[in-house]
Amino acid sequence: MATMTDTTIAITRTVDARGSFCPGPLMELIRAIRESQVGAVIAVYSSDKGSKTDIPKWVEKAGHRLLSLEARDGYDEIVVEKRR
Amino acid sequence: MDEPLNLVLFSGTDDKLQAAAVLAAGAAALGKPVNIFLQYWALDAFRADKIGQDHGLAPEAGVAGRAAVDALARAGQAPWAETLRQAKDLGAVDIQACSVSMDLLKLDSIDLDPLVDGVEGVTAFYLNAGGGQVVFI
Repeated sequence: MATMTDTTIAITRTVDARGSFCPGPLMELIRAIRESQVGAVIAVYSSDKGSKTDIPKWVEKAGHRLLSLEARDGYDEIVVEKRR
Repeated sequence: MDEPLNLVLFSGTDDKLQAAAVLAAGAAALGKPVNIFLQYWALDAFRADKIGQDHGLAPEAGVAGRAAVDALARAGQAPWAETLRQAKDLGAVDIQACSVSMDLLKLDSIDLDPLVDGVEGVTAFYLNAGGGQVVFI
C-alpha cells in the first residue's frame, strides 16, 4: 500500500534496514528492487554511516534514480525509483 | 566491472573472515563476480561443525579489539557466514576449497558447510581469476 512522505513522494515499499551494517542496507535495497516493477519507489532506512554515500553511488551506476536522502533521528532515509 | 574479484582466504579468525565477507558482498552488489579460494585456517573455519563457532581474532585485536567486535555483534552485525550467504544470494559468488588444504586438514567435501561450492586446485583458481585482482587475506 502506498504511503506519502512529507516530500509527497509516493512510496511503494519501505525497507527498514536500521541496525544492519555495511553492505547490509544496500543488499536489502537490491533485493527489494529486484522484486519490484519499474517505476516502483523504495524507501530505505539505514543507520549505517556508509549508506548515504554508497547507496547513491550504486543507484547511479545501476541506472536507477535517487529521489531523496534525508537525515532522520538516528538514521538516513534514502528514496530510490526503480528505472529499469 | 566484468573482471572478477578474487579473494584468497588464509586466515581463519572471525575479524579477517568478516572483512573478507564484506568485500565479497560489496562486489556482488555491484554485479562483479567473486571467486573465493579457501586455504589453511580459513578452510578450517568453513567446516560444517565449526562455521558457527567463535574463531577468535587476529592477535593485534587485543582486549579492546575483542570488546569492539563483540559490541558490533551485539548491535546486530551479521556473522560473516550470513554475510556470505546474502552475497551468494545477490550475485555470482563462488567459494572453492584448496585441494592441498583439504588434504592438510584431512577433510572431505561432506565435512564442509554448504556455502562451499567445491574443491579445486590452484591452477583452476587462477584460470577462473582471469585478469581480475587477487587479494590475499
